[in-house]
Amino acid sequence: MEQHAEVISIADARDARAREGATRPRCAATTAADRPCRNYATDGDLCRVHAVQGRQGRGPASDDAADRDVPRPDAPAADADDGPGTTAGDEDLGRRRVADEAGRRGWGPVVDALGAVEGLVGGDLAGALEEVLAFVRRRLTGDYEIDEFGFDEDLTVNLLAPLIRPLHRHYWRVTSHGTEHLPTSGGGLVVANHAGTLPADAIITRLDIFEHTGRHARELGADLVFRTPFVGELARKTGATLASGSDADRLLERGELVAVWPEGFKGLGKPWKDRYKLQRFGRGGFVATALRAQVPIVPTAIVGSEEIWPMVYDLRVVARLLGLPYFPIVAQMLALPVLGPFALLPLPSKWVIEYGEPIDTTALGPEAADDPMTVFDLTDEVRDTIQGMLHRNLMGRRSVFL
Amino acid sequence: MLDGRRVLITGIAGPLAGRVAAALEARDDVRELIGVDVREPQHDLRRTEFVRADVRNPLVARVLEVSEIDTVLHLSTTSGPVAAGGRARMKEINVIGAMQLLAACQKVPTLRRFVLKSSTAVYGSEHTDPVSFREDVGSRTPPTHGFGKDVAEVEGYVRALGRRRSDVDVTILRFANLLGGRIDGAFEALFGLPAVPSVLGFDPRLQFCHEEDAVAVIERAATEDHPGTFNVAGDGVLYLSQCARLAGRVPVPVPLPFVAGVASLLRRTGRADIASDQLRFLQFGRVADTTRLREVMGYTPRFTTREAFEDFVRRRRIRGVIQRDEVIRWERELYDFIQRKGQERFLAARERAEDRQGGS
Repeated sequence: MEQHAEVISIADARDARAREGATRPRCAATTAADRPCRNYATDGDLCRVHAVQGRQGRGPASDDAADRDVPRPDAPAADADDGPGTTAGDEDLGRRRVADEAGRRGWGPVVDALGAVEGLVGGDLAGALEEVLAFVRRRLTGDYEIDEFGFDEDLTVNLLAPLIRPLHRHYWRVTSHGTEHLPTSGGGLVVANHAGTLPADAIITRLDIFEHTGRHARELGADLVFRTPFVGELARKTGATLASGSDADRLLERGELVAVWPEGFKGLGKPWKDRYKLQRFGRGGFVATALRAQVPIVPTAIVGSEEIWPMVYDLRVVARLLGLPYFPIVAQMLALPVLGPFALLPLPSKWVIEYGEPIDTTALGPEAADDPMTVFDLTDEVRDTIQGMLHRNLMGRRSVFL
Repeated sequence: MLDGRRVLITGIAGPLAGRVAAALEARDDVRELIGVDVREPQHDLRRTEFVRADVRNPLVARVLEVSEIDTVLHLSTTSGPVAAGGRARMKEINVIGAMQLLAACQKVPTLRRFVLKSSTAVYGSEHTDPVSFREDVGSRTPPTHGFGKDVAEVEGYVRALGRRRSDVDVTILRFANLLGGRIDGAFEALFGLPAVPSVLGFDPRLQFCHEEDAVAVIERAATEDHPGTFNVAGDGVLYLSQCARLAGRVPVPVPLPFVAGVASLLRRTGRADIASDQLRFLQFGRVADTTRLREVMGYTPRFTTREAFEDFVRRRRIRGVIQRDEVIRWERELYDFIQRKGQERFLAARERAEDRQGGS
C-alpha cells in the first residue's frame, strides 16, 4: 500500500487520461473469450484485473466453462433391478436409467434441459427438492436457531442469499480482489466505503465475503435501520446489529467477522459530484473497537456502488419533515414518466471490490484504544488506504457499466 | 440464625411465591415461614403461616419485629394492570407498597437479607438498546411509564435500604418473562389466542425464564449469600414469530398505528392483559446477559428459552392450528409423491418402449 491518498478529483483524472490519449498502453493479456483485453495497463503491461489474476496464478477466469457440465445420457446402463427405490442411491440409479432410455429413444434435448435445470439447482434435483421441503417445514414449525443478536442463519443462507446472488453475479457482476486478506477464522473488522443512496453495497459486500470465505460478516448499522419497520427486522435476522461499542465488542469477543461502513449516512447520501471522495470516518470508534479486541482491520474499497443511484439533488426540507438524514432525487427519476416504477431500479454498474492487506493491531496493544491520538492516526491510515485503493481501481476500470 | 432462617414472603398467593414457599418448607435450615398477602393462598403449604394483610398495613411491621424475621422475599410486584385493578392501583401496590415494606424492614434489627423479584423490564425496550443488557449498564432510554418504571423505582428504594443498613444484603433478581405451567403472565396470554398478534414489520427478540429456574434462583438467593443484581433468563433467544410457530399458531401482524387499538380491545375483552407500555416490547424485544448469574451466583438455568417455551406450550395444552407432526407428515408425503411420480413415468416410458419392440 505505497499509494497513500492525495486527493485526486475524478474529472482531473479523466482529463489526464484523455491527454494521454491513444498512446496509453492497453493490457497485454487476453480475456477468457480469447479477445485482447481492452483495459488500460496499470501494473506493468497488464491491467488491474489481469495483474491480480497473474499474481494468483491465472486461474479464475475460466471457471464458468466447468459449471456448464451437464450429465450426458451416455452413462452405462444399470443392472436390471427395477423395484421402486426410495434412498438417494436408488434414486440416482433410476435417473440414470431414464437418461439411458432417453438416449436410446432420441430424447436428447429433453434430458439436456432436465440436466440444465439440475445444473442450476446444484446438480441433485431430488436432493434440492428435499432441502426446499425441509426449509418450508422448519419455517412453519419454528424449528430453527437464532443467536442472541437475532441472526437467523437458516433464513439468510437458504432464502435471502439465493435471492441476492443474481444481483451479485449477473446484475452488478462483482469482481473481487484480495479475498485472501479476509481472515478465515477468528475476529476481524472489514472497513469499507459507503455509497449509492441506499446501502446496497453493504448487502453485496456481505454476500461477496460469504461466497469467498463461507463466513458471515456481521454488519454494524445505524439506529435508523433498526427503527424502520421491515428493514430493522431483516437487518437483525441477517445478523446485523447496532453500531455501538458494546455490540461490536461482543461480536468480536465471539470471534466473528464484523463489517462496518464508518462514513455512515454522510457517505451514503453524498451528492454525485463527491463520488468516490471518502467522507469523515465517524469518530474512529471502529478503530478503538478493533484495538480493544486485537483483531486485524481489513480496508476494503468498493467501486461501482456510487453509480447505482446517482443522487443529483437532496430535498432537505422533506428529509427534515420525515426525520431522515437525506431525501434523494436520483438520476433515474428523470425517466419516471417514461418507465414508471422501473425507473427506480438501480443502474447495472460493474462492481469491483478489493480487500486490502490487513492492518495489524496487535503491535499497538489493547491499551492503545484509550489513546485518542493513536486512534486518530490509525483511522486516517485506514481511510487513506481505502482512498488509494479506490483511485487505483477507478483508473483501471474501462467504463462504468462494462 | 443458628437455629435456621426466619423468612417472610410477600405476595404469597401468587403461583411463583407459592412454589418458593414449598421449596423453602422442604429445607431444614429454614425455621419459620410467614406469607403475607391480601388473598388467601390456594397452594398446598404445610409449615407456612399466613398473614392476611396488605404490605402497606402496619401489621406487617409488627409481624416482622415479633417474629424476628431475618430474610424478606419481596415477590408481590405485579405487572398486570387489570389484575391489580387499574394502573393507578397497580402503581400503588408496586411502588407505595414496596416503600412501606422497606420502611418497616429498616426498623427490624434482625434483618440480614432482602431479596427482590424484579424484571428485565427495568431496561425498557428501544431500537437503540444494546443487543444484550448487562446488570451494570442500563438503557440509554429507561422506561418512562408502566411496569418498567415501577420496578425501576422499587429497585431504587431497595438499593437505598442496602445503603442505609449496611448489615443487610440486598439481592435484586431481574427475571425475563416467566413461563411455566401455572404462572400467569400478561404477555404469555398472547399465545393462548387463536392467532398471535404482532407488530407489522417488527419481530422482537424474546427471552424466557422457566418457573422452576425462577424458584431455584429465589431459593438460592434466600438461603445463600449472593448480594447484588442478577439477570435471570434461559439461554438462547426466540423471535416472537418463531414462538408463534413453535406453538403452532399463526402470527397476525398488525400495522403500527392500530396496535394500541388492538391491545386495548384485547384488554377490554379480557383476552390478554397487555399494558400500553408493553407495546414497545412487542416491537423491539429485549435480551439480558446472564453471565453474572452463572459466574457469580454459580447457577446455570436448567431450561433454555426454547425449552421453557416448549414446556409452557405442552403444559398449557396449547393446541396449534398448524401441528408440527402434521407438517412433518406433509413434507414426507409430498416428497414421496414426487418421487413416485418420477418412477411411474419412467416405468410407463419403458413399457411403451417394450410394446413397440414387441410389435416390430
